Amino acid sequence: MVRLNTPLNTEDILSLKLGEMVFINGIIFTGRYKVHRYLANEKPPISSMPFDLQGGVIYHCGPLLKKHDDNYSVLSAGPSTSSRVDLYQPEVIRTYNIKAIIGKGGMGINTIKAMQECKCIYLNTISGSAVYLANRIKKVIGGYKIDEFSDIEAMWAFEVEDFPAVLTIDTQGNTLHKNIKNLSSVNIINLIQR
Amino acid sequence: MLKLRDGVVELYRKVATSIPNDVEEALKKAYENETNQISRTALEIILKNISFARTSSRPICQDTGFPVFYVKTPRGLSQSLIMEVINDATRIATRKIPLRTNAIDTLTDNNTGDNTGFLFPLIHIDETEEEHFNVELLLLGGGSENIGQTYKLPALINIDGKEFIAERNLEGARKCIFDAIFKAQGKACPPYYIGVAVGGSKEQTAFLSKRQLMRRINDENPIAELNTFEKDLLQEINRIGIGVAGFGGNNTAMGLKIALAARHPASYIVDISFSCWAMRRGRLIW
Repeated sequence: MVRLNTPLNTEDILSLKLGEMVFINGIIFTGRYKVHRYLANEKPPISSMPFDLQGGVIYHCGPLLKKHDDNYSVLSAGPSTSSRVDLYQPEVIRTYNIKAIIGKGGMGINTIKAMQECKCIYLNTISGSAVYLANRIKKVIGGYKIDEFSDIEAMWAFEVEDFPAVLTIDTQGNTLHKNIKNLSSVNIINLIQR
Repeated sequence: MLKLRDGVVELYRKVATSIPNDVEEALKKAYENETNQISRTALEIILKNISFARTSSRPICQDTGFPVFYVKTPRGLSQSLIMEVINDATRIATRKIPLRTNAIDTLTDNNTGDNTGFLFPLIHIDETEEEHFNVELLLLGGGSENIGQTYKLPALINIDGKEFIAERNLEGARKCIFDAIFKAQGKACPPYYIGVAVGGSKEQTAFLSKRQLMRRINDENPIAELNTFEKDLLQEINRIGIGVAGFGGNNTAMGLKIALAARHPASYIVDISFSCWAMRRGRLIW
């Protein structure tokens, strides 16, 4: 069992292998389509944000939250499909030196190139296990662009404990998604030609 | 009507926070027979998630979906009144359960904040000779919706550079299904539940393919040829190797259902709908 603490240490990241299960401890930042488009196009300085995204971990997630006065609790928070932010992700990784992306389904070639340059990994968490994953979120530290983008599309900072995910893209550009895709194409071609 | 409204609110709760027995059984069976270690661990977490969601009455997935209703009403009841009741119930359920607010005004890009909007939820109403109301609800996540595909046959299917002709027959539909699964990979939370329809109009086949997701996993297609098609193809799909969450292994789909509609001579449309493993459907009889 591999435990990773944020901020992530480059040495720890480099030693991970495809298919390895990791458990994240520390702070992660959510972001979906609107956050990514905004960060990539506007490149707001860290000083204008309520938390330090530099060298951080991004989680593709539009959580279901409950508001109690000024505090939030997380009811359900599984991953959202990563390919939807593929157009903006490379710019976000380079601008903020992102060290890990958590999502589902993997990402495209341009994102993988940016990940190689910045020594960033991609972690596929357990799709749809939103209550289980919400239970791993111990605290909502704060939100960014809540009014402008709404709860679902805002950036949230979560404190997590043993948040599970599987390494599916490493810093060398190797991807489990590509391996599975290749395997599935061989199998499908065989099935069609039966 | 107030009672019907409260019934629909409870239907939302049941559908959003639990999954039907047949689906849970299929996932348990998948856990038993899974050969890939990562996928097995993922299934273990998925089964725990189902149990946590049920006991804490929290939505099983943060994406509480696009609500689609299939309503059968006794003769003579006002359809607009039923739609009003369902919209009211949607607003109440959104606050009470709560559900994620998923309805976006497509022009202004603003979230409507209560899960209602033009044709949202989508409500299909049929009048019947029965004395009871039969309200079925499907909550389909956006990721699942987005991997659905439509094909107009004959078509050229290209799997990683290798081309095949999908002709106007069930074998052609089979090739389209493989293509759709190949494109979907692990993006929308497999093992998938797959609905297929073949016919001659886009709305007819899109409606029917999604409607197939409401069928129970173990039901039998009344048309023997289609029943065999469903069972054989499901076995083949589970040899593709995409696996749970796309991690690999022998559980890529939990079920596949197909329906046919009559077609125009010029058209042969194959429409494919997907649901993630969190197949959320339920029924209220009132």
